[in-house]
Amino acid sequence: MKRFNTARLAMAVFIASEAVFFAFLIAAYVYFHGAVVHGPSASNSLDPPRTLIFTFCLLGSSGTMWLAERRLAEGKAGFRLWLGATIFLGAVFIFGQAMEYTGLIGKGITPGRNLFGATFFTLTGFHGFHVLCGLVALAGLLILTFVRSFQEREMSGVGAVSMYWHFVDAVWIAIFSLVYLTVWL
Amino acid sequence: MESGYPAQSLSAWVAWISTVDHKRIGILYLITTLVFFCIGGVEALLMRIQLAWPGNTFLSPEMYNQIFTMHGTTMVFLVVVPLLLGLANYLTPLMIGASDMALPRLNAFSFWVFLFGGVLLYFSFVSGHAPSAGWFSYAPLSEKGYSTRYGLDYWALALLGIGVGTIATAINLIVTIINLRTDGLTIRRLPLFVWMVFVNSFLIIFALPALNASLVMLLIDRQLNAHFFTQLGGGSPILWQHYFWSFGHPEVYIMVLPAFGIISEVIPVFSRKPIFGYGFVAASTVAIALLSVGVWAHHMFAVGLGHAWEYAFGASSLLIAVPTGVKIFNWIATMWGGSIRFSTSMLFAIAFLFTFTIGGLSGVTFATVPIDWQVTDTYYVVAHMHYVLFGGTLFGVMAGLYYWFPKMSGRMLSERWGMVHFWLMFIGFHLTFLVQHVLGLSGMPRRVYTYPNEPGWAIMNLISTVGAFVIGISVVVLLGNILVSLREGERAGDNPWDAWTLEWATTSPPPEHNFDAVPPVHGRRPLWDLVHPNGGQA
Repeated sequence: MKRFNTARLAMAVFIASEAVFFAFLIAAYVYFHGAVVHGPSASNSLDPPRTLIFTFCLLGSSGTMWLAERRLAEGKAGFRLWLGATIFLGAVFIFGQAMEYTGLIGKGITPGRNLFGATFFTLTGFHGFHVLCGLVALAGLLILTFVRSFQEREMSGVGAVSMYWHFVDAVWIAIFSLVYLTVWL
Repeated sequence: MESGYPAQSLSAWVAWISTVDHKRIGILYLITTLVFFCIGGVEALLMRIQLAWPGNTFLSPEMYNQIFTMHGTTMVFLVVVPLLLGLANYLTPLMIGASDMALPRLNAFSFWVFLFGGVLLYFSFVSGHAPSAGWFSYAPLSEKGYSTRYGLDYWALALLGIGVGTIATAINLIVTIINLRTDGLTIRRLPLFVWMVFVNSFLIIFALPALNASLVMLLIDRQLNAHFFTQLGGGSPILWQHYFWSFGHPEVYIMVLPAFGIISEVIPVFSRKPIFGYGFVAASTVAIALLSVGVWAHHMFAVGLGHAWEYAFGASSLLIAVPTGVKIFNWIATMWGGSIRFSTSMLFAIAFLFTFTIGGLSGVTFATVPIDWQVTDTYYVVAHMHYVLFGGTLFGVMAGLYYWFPKMSGRMLSERWGMVHFWLMFIGFHLTFLVQHVLGLSGMPRRVYTYPNEPGWAIMNLISTVGAFVIGISVVVLLGNILVSLREGERAGDNPWDAWTLEWATTSPPPEHNFDAVPPVHGRRPLWDLVHPNGGQA
């Protein structure tokens, strides 16, 4: 009596759990947002237009992942290519985040500086960590394409990683809207 | 454990370490938690020696703080939760007619990350200072300014590791129960233990992330000098309390729901009757789980949240008594008119009903805000929580241990020593904790290393200490019973209790693949149906 794909179901439950984790970090950001009166804050320290460019990279990577999965399901060539593109776009996003962090820390804005620093680095840092984990999983899939032909087992692995990647992307949409877009309000 | 596995010395060790078999992982959980239970128990005895009479100097105040913190953390995170996960691990696939968990390697990962978390926690002693801010580590006491040594960092990291392992196991159990049930075993026919494990797993995946988020914020405070939970710098110590108890109260039910499941298996079998009101037992579990995420602030009445919050959380907490009461009546009604066999397992189940009900009633008094204000942080709290966790969960687990040990080992535990164990533990327990209600009502604060000689305090504390040692002796009897029965116990056979669920349809212990053939399932009691193909009453 097998009802669902095991890997996808497990990933769905895991994502539900991760969503709660991010909900608590986001709630802390919101809770302390009003408490930041002095020193660095989102509106005087962040560069939303630049982050928007890197945001498009991450959103685009969800698209390339979707294309990769479709190619694989239809048995067409191009899976490896689109998977590679996904990894590239994800890596560009991480590069952008690293640049942003270096700039902030260079200006003395750290988690210890004030509550903006603490909540900002915690929230975006854990998101970045999740992107990195996703990149490791995607790279694992890419290596597998050279090692063996993809059967049902590998396909469900791709499905699960893809779900995770879309989730990480969705979390970023929430974070970007909350942390960066509100600067323009 | 004796079984059908190859047993050469070195390769046997490697086989255990590298195993992905849910039964072996379950047994690893049980052995590990038994070790931690003994360590946590010794810590409890050390505290009881210190408190045996007023002004004792057996433990220094610093050491006392470390010991009570480690006792609480150990019992919650290294004993009760993993003990129940271990039982769930061993039993769930067997009870649903599956050959293993859905994700066997993830299962092994869960166990090892839990074990390393436990070792990390105890490594804090070696590093010079164990955590000493209590098992819920309230800020700002847990912050760098007040807890300057590394104990709290070990505490947070260890709990993160254990938390990851716990979530992974919960995911595994959910997927297993959804995907791997044998044909005919619909959701309405699931054994109630599996039902409780299923609901419990959902509580875990939604509650544990709250703890993990709190822990990483605490670590960032301590390691990167942030100010999430310190007043200095604009942070909020109250936020820690909200976040911690958002996890902490569901955790209370995570620690008890599987025990409800054990009781729901044991009582029908030893009463020779099907469970009374299967649907109510299952549905009330869901109700408890849903309510449990909306009551966390009842741990915080003394903070001064404001009347509106206090009324709301007091009311929601009182509500939980309803589905819990439904269960108690179901269990009693199951026994009513049955031909009860008073085995050790059944005695522990009845003791569970008795003790847990008392603990539940003192819990209701806490939901009443003014009473809570009066007795908060006194021994009344200690008494209440041990009545539900020790007298509730642990008695439930003991019922399960005597019930399923024959399945796991192929041999029966000695009933004669089981009786000795039961009565020592039952009497020792009530001796230890009943007087603590009175101590708490007369104002003795908990978590203080000594006390003045107020009227009656010395004698009541001495009674409590004597009781604790009686419990200690009962645990020695249990360990002896396990060790002797493993070698010399009576052979169990497949189904020594004439039970009805699928785990009894295979050999004891089961082969690595669990079943040669899973019996057909047409109802809630497949083994009963096998013997009575035309129906018939119990």
